[in-house]
Amino acid sequence: MTHTDWPLWEVFVRSRRGLSHTHAGSLHAPDAELALRNARDLYTRRGEGVSIWVVPSAAVTASSPDEKDPFFDPSADKPYRHPTFYEIPEGVQHL
Amino acid sequence: MTTTSAKDTALTAAALALGDDALVLSHRLGEWAGHAPVLEEEVALANIALDLLGQARVLLSMAGDEDELAFLREERAFRNLQLVEQPNGDFAHTIARQLFFSAHQYLLYGELASGDGPFAPLAGKAVKETAYHRDHAEQWTLRLGDGTDESHTRMQRAVDALWRYTGEMFQPVEGVDVDWTGLETAWLEWTGEVLRRATLTVPEGPRTGAWAAGAGRQGLHTEPFGRMLAEMQHLHRSHPGATW
Amino acid sequence: MATAAARDTAGGRAFDARADADDTAGHERVFDAAVAADERIEPRDWMPDAYRATLVRQIAQHAHSEIIGMQPEANWITRAPSLRRKAILMAKVQDEAGHGLYLYSAAETLGTSREELLDKLHSGRQKYSSIFNYPTLTWADVGAIGWLVDGAAITNQVPLCRCSYGPYARAMVRICKEESFHQRQGYELLLALSKGTPEQHAMAQDAVDRWWWPSLMMFGPPDDESQHSAQSMAWKIKRHSNDELRQRFVDICVPQAESLGLTLPDPDLKWNEERGHHDFGPIDWAEFWDVLKGNGPCNEQRLTRRRRAHEEGAWVREAAAAHAAKHMNGETGATRA
Repeated sequence: MTHTDWPLWEVFVRSRRGLSHTHAGSLHAPDAELALRNARDLYTRRGEGVSIWVVPSAAVTASSPDEKDPFFDPSADKPYRHPTFYEIPEGVQHL
Repeated sequence: MTTTSAKDTALTAAALALGDDALVLSHRLGEWAGHAPVLEEEVALANIALDLLGQARVLLSMAGDEDELAFLREERAFRNLQLVEQPNGDFAHTIARQLFFSAHQYLLYGELASGDGPFAPLAGKAVKETAYHRDHAEQWTLRLGDGTDESHTRMQRAVDALWRYTGEMFQPVEGVDVDWTGLETAWLEWTGEVLRRATLTVPEGPRTGAWAAGAGRQGLHTEPFGRMLAEMQHLHRSHPGATW
Repeated sequence: MATAAARDTAGGRAFDARADADDTAGHERVFDAAVAADERIEPRDWMPDAYRATLVRQIAQHAHSEIIGMQPEANWITRAPSLRRKAILMAKVQDEAGHGLYLYSAAETLGTSREELLDKLHSGRQKYSSIFNYPTLTWADVGAIGWLVDGAAITNQVPLCRCSYGPYARAMVRICKEESFHQRQGYELLLALSKGTPEQHAMAQDAVDRWWWPSLMMFGPPDDESQHSAQSMAWKIKRHSNDELRQRFVDICVPQAESLGLTLPDPDLKWNEERGHHDFGPIDWAEFWDVLKGNGPCNEQRLTRRRRAHEEGAWVREAAAAHAAKHMNGETGATRA
């Protein structure tokens, strides 16, 4: 029966206008159109969304946990990217 | 209320007819619970059933007490189309039934929603639900019709079997002020197009005439309906006057 | 819940297979430290094989319980005695299908497909909660399931929202949120019966009498006989022991039963001032093991029906897959919006 396995899809839901889509979960569907409809039935049946994206799970490229250190640690030592790094004389406004 | 005008009577009759359609089809879809071909479809079918049940409750409440009407009427007093009482059969039959009915309901409620009659508020909400039901049925008709040989055969068989019940949908209902002929034309066009895209043949069988067209609106039903009601009403009737 | 990232483990990029013996010790340290620090383990993180296996087994059993659990309640959808109750029950059974789906997805992040898990369920190689092997004989059983069975399930599940495995914890958060109405509707249903006619009251009492003990068994065997408990607690898959949760449940139910005007079928049930808990009578564990082994009133029926639905749906699944293959590059329009 495995040959008829429906592929897996990742579902992203925009919960209301003005917010970005966030990952809600996944489901199986034979094609994109049914994936969208299944996602609507499954992930927005309590009014959780105003817009849905579905993406084949196989199309997602993810960073590997093995590369976690080289990927993410270097960004931890650049405090000058954050506004709190800078000293501003007291009383100066709108900066 | 000592006087009931003819208009009220017509409104009640119309609410019963439309309410019974929704009630009965919702019940049939509810029978799928735990049997659907795939889990995702359990959720989808239940959504449709719940929408229809919601419509039924509003409509029946326009005609009286929803529970008395649902659980205490005899078979001959039900006004639903024979189409909606047809047993689920296989998934193809369920989809064909839904395709035919939802396409009809979508057109009907669309017209009611744009008017200012007593059904306009309900129709305005229901037409959106129905658009989704129709789309769901269309998507599946395309997949089953143009899927495997087996699914094609099953879908064609379902369409053929249920075709004879589709004429009844366009018999004018007293109290429902729409262009029935226009609805039927639009329905035939849309349904025919979906069937063709699904590589299915539009049946040539009769859709009019006393029995072929069905007579559910006159309280004449098909044999499986009595058993459905027996099951649906049994518990309620076993405890007269009880509240639940 | 499930990060897509997990899936390519199954897709051949089995990164953890790369770990040779030297790495394993290091990986294990990182894993243990994460669990100790109450961090979540995510799908692509290295994890001990036994941790993965335990999770798959537990999540699968949980998912199976949701979908087998649809049956006893669906048994009453077509007979619900009011339209309001009918809508509630349909929505509840629908939720159970949805919860099964969330859980299968969580299990899939561990590299086991839903098809595989369903196959194990259908062939009896994986279990579901024994409670669903009891029959729903009257309408009141729908209420008793909501109040007691869902109540016990919630007691079990709330701590799982903090489970160490991220996708499972996230699925549980969603499930617990959705399930909050399940228990209340059951309680309300029983209350209506209890306050109703004498026949209705008797129906409610009979249902509680039949469901009480099986509900207590839902927490699993006593701590000293529980096979997997200690390891699961250490991994923070499980947060409280079986007996602890059972006690919590009993303490919650006693005053609720009083408000219902129904009694719990246990002559030994009484408040113990010293312990600050209710004492309760011995549980018939022989019955528990017997039902678990397949000798419950409905084991055969539940599995047969489940298998039949799956087999009868095969042509539908095949048709949709065939259609998708034919129209691979066609149709579908909407771009991201």
